Amino acid sequence: MADQLSRVFAALADPTRRDMVARLTVGDATVGELAAPYDVSTQAVSKHLKVLEGAGLVSRTRSAQTRPVHLEAEVLDLMTAWVERYRRRAEERFTRLDAVLADLQEDPS
Amino acid sequence: MTTATTARIEADPALPIIRITRDFTGTVEQLMRAHLDPDLYARWVGPDGTATRIDVWDARDGGSWRFTGVREGEEWSFRGCFHRIGTDTIVQTFTWEGMPEDVSLETLRFEDLGGGRVRLHAQSLVDSFEGRDAWLRSGMETGVDQGYAKLDALLAAQ
Repeated sequence: MADQLSRVFAALADPTRRDMVARLTVGDATVGELAAPYDVSTQAVSKHLKVLEGAGLVSRTRSAQTRPVHLEAEVLDLMTAWVERYRRRAEERFTRLDAVLADLQEDPS
Repeated sequence: MTTATTARIEADPALPIIRITRDFTGTVEQLMRAHLDPDLYARWVGPDGTATRIDVWDARDGGSWRFTGVREGEEWSFRGCFHRIGTDTIVQTFTWEGMPEDVSLETLRFEDLGGGRVRLHAQSLVDSFEGRDAWLRSGMETGVDQGYAKLDALLAAQ
């Protein structure tokens, strides 16, 4: 799971790929549809898609002729879970800091 | 009476930065002390169930620090440098010695909200998204996983 997270982070480090993921949250799209807003070749878009596929962020339907690209939303949830774990650790630390500050209030020496 | 809000976190999508804000009851001076006095710092840096031993502590511009977390006979050491200590700001580096080339740059700023409240603005910058991920995984190995099962159940229920 940790390795997949690394691939997800690497995949989303690129602004074009983040844009493509944002577009796919609306619904499945073909490579041509994904390429349309950008001044790049469908070849370049296919390269980006390979990276997203490698991270497990998207999949492509084999059955349909157009092979639409589908967003695997649960992989994005992995990132959300990761951020939440980090937040919890920070909050535990800050709760201990609250106690230290309360002691300082009582005994300012 | 402590009425702190819980920590808010933002993982920047475009930069390998994590920002945290958290409000405390106290003064800016007390928050600075709690971060710069080694005895006070050892009391809260944690994680839960882990004793903190301060190995090196030179809280001045350019000074270095090192501490070790001890839990059930296992040890994890962290070190870094106090790059700049201002009146309401601390800029320092942070490294887990298990991954000594992954260094994060920590900027802490304390904002006086009035009425005995102070807001911490903390920013951590690492050198890559992979670095951010690896650095956070290293944090997970320090045994701070209490509550994970509960969290997993919570996420599964969504």
